[in-house]
Amino acid sequence: MWTSIITAILIVAGIALAAGLLLGMASRKMPGDPNQIIDQVNDLLPQTQCAQCGYPGCRPYAQAIVSDDAAINLCPPGGDDTVQRLAALLGRDAVPLAEAATVASVALIEESQCIGCTHCRDACPVDAITGAHQFMHTVIATECTGCELCIAPCPVDCIGMVPVT
Amino acid sequence: MSSPAATYDLGNLHGGLRLPAEKAQSTASAIQSVPIPNQLVLPIEQHVGEPAHPIVGIGEYVRKGQLLAEAYGSLSAPIHASSSGKVVAIEPWPVSRRLGRKAPCIVIECDGEDREAELPEETVPFNTYEPESLLQKILQGGIVGLGGAVFPTGQKLMQATTMPLEYLILNGVECEPYISCDDLLMREQAAELLGGVQILMYALALTDCFIVIESDKPEAISAIGEALAELNDARITLKQVPTIYPSGGEDQLVQLVTNREVPSGGLPTDVGCVVQNVGTAAAIYRWICEGEPLISRVTTVTGPGVSSPMNVTARIGTTVADIISFAGGYTAGADQLIIGGPMCGKSVTTDSVPVVKATNCILVLNKASPLSDEQPCIRCGECATVCPIQLLPQQLFWYACADNEEKLRSHGLTDCIECGCCDLVCPSHIPLTADFRNAKARIQELADEKARAERARLRFESRNERLETEKQVRESELALQKEEALKAGPAAIEEILKRQQKKQDQDPED
Repeated sequence: MWTSIITAILIVAGIALAAGLLLGMASRKMPGDPNQIIDQVNDLLPQTQCAQCGYPGCRPYAQAIVSDDAAINLCPPGGDDTVQRLAALLGRDAVPLAEAATVASVALIEESQCIGCTHCRDACPVDAITGAHQFMHTVIATECTGCELCIAPCPVDCIGMVPVT
Repeated sequence: MSSPAATYDLGNLHGGLRLPAEKAQSTASAIQSVPIPNQLVLPIEQHVGEPAHPIVGIGEYVRKGQLLAEAYGSLSAPIHASSSGKVVAIEPWPVSRRLGRKAPCIVIECDGEDREAELPEETVPFNTYEPESLLQKILQGGIVGLGGAVFPTGQKLMQATTMPLEYLILNGVECEPYISCDDLLMREQAAELLGGVQILMYALALTDCFIVIESDKPEAISAIGEALAELNDARITLKQVPTIYPSGGEDQLVQLVTNREVPSGGLPTDVGCVVQNVGTAAAIYRWICEGEPLISRVTTVTGPGVSSPMNVTARIGTTVADIISFAGGYTAGADQLIIGGPMCGKSVTTDSVPVVKATNCILVLNKASPLSDEQPCIRCGECATVCPIQLLPQQLFWYACADNEEKLRSHGLTDCIECGCCDLVCPSHIPLTADFRNAKARIQELADEKARAERARLRFESRNERLETEKQVRESELALQKEEALKAGPAAIEEILKRQQKKQDQDPED
């Protein structure tokens, strides 16, 4: 009787050991594709490309969250909803936003004052400003993400933000 | 003669309600014509798709039937002038629609002469057209589904021709209380209606048509029956169905007549059926055979708040105020104005809204007894019993409260036809339909947001790519220049440096 008990224990222990070794090796040799996780995080971000998080765009921020352990509460345009979703995806704690959430808005160029310097056009991360050198510029409102990156470079301060109704 | 055939039992239709008809008051008299108003207000968005593009300017004189705005973008339909006069404005005006209270409208000051536009061509018999060009022609007449969904008819038919089809179903089931415009239209314009049916069957190459009428409209049934006997077209059959709400919904009607269920998210064409409202058929006849685009419609003006309830033929763009004064004005108790029926209609706050292609009813109600307060759901399940789509409204209600988009979708919120049956039976007086409508809007909003983010992501990525290529090009150009300069030897470099120095001296600011 004892022999059969010991055989059973040995067999089970052997299987456990083999499976453990196999899994351990697999996790060393084949790490999960970080790009996939970055894409998932990027999908949850609002794609405003505003850089308010301190990274130059949404995908860089996603990369920082995944690889450098950056905080998940740095996205004001995404608001608390985005923090909640990121927390759920990554298994982290949902912390309150570092800065107050921003209201959805689009940039508007006061066209009579525009001098056509192209600074705002070059600053726009989504190519939503059109206009040639020394010609009036205008914002393509449907494409504007409201990132406010065009406001600072304007030498005549003719860009303002209008809330989206 | 295809006389009223066997009555269906409701074995194949789930739920529904028997509602008080309230139609007798408006069906007593024949359809009256509303005179030309002083002002016509024509919204450029009278169909489900994108707004039409105005092609007339302010101050321009337009004639009756003239094209005012042409179809633009997907599911759009053109708008025609319903009388002659001068365009005085193109501006936002109060309208009755689901979102927003104002929409851009073309305002015409009528001269009262109703001068007709010269027809571009003589009307020819419909069977001289190729079926495809006939569908194109229907599109140009501004014809949209007059049952209330205002889907451009031409596009609906074109979509239908891509599917294997069996039946054309003419919807004469006007199941919502108070509304009787289709009933009267069938009584008085049976010949035109059947002419439209023949055009539709020709265009779709169909050989089977059912004209379906509810059992509570004996006059319409006999009028259509007589016209059918005269026409002697064996392809068209008259069917009678019992009166139950909402059997007039497109999918419900298909199920009632053919016992086929339209799949979730699908169309009647998925089960071989094309459904058209009876008014649409008559409008198609008038456009194809008489050259008159969709510039007027029959509408019911009724309710305890109207002095003499009746059905009227009104030019599209006539304001509700004009029509109500034609119907004898408001009664003393009038309180609430609804465009559409009591179940699916929309309450409006002003009677300056115009009659549009979708307006099948103008309902004025007296002050209602104050609604009882909303109570918590007691899970009685009455709403699920009456839901014609076999949804679980009580369950959807929880998910709507919790904003659980995923569960709302998986429980079929998008299939809800907003018929209002669940509201009516709820013992806790929960405004379920309104909650569902809001939830649908929220889901749509989220989807829009998602699409916008996706577009921004693509633009961001392609911009980065472009900048990267530009940088590489610049670098390789510089490298090339450098190489050339080195090849040319030190004398050439000296010269270039000198040139640069000279330039800087001339323009010290840079």
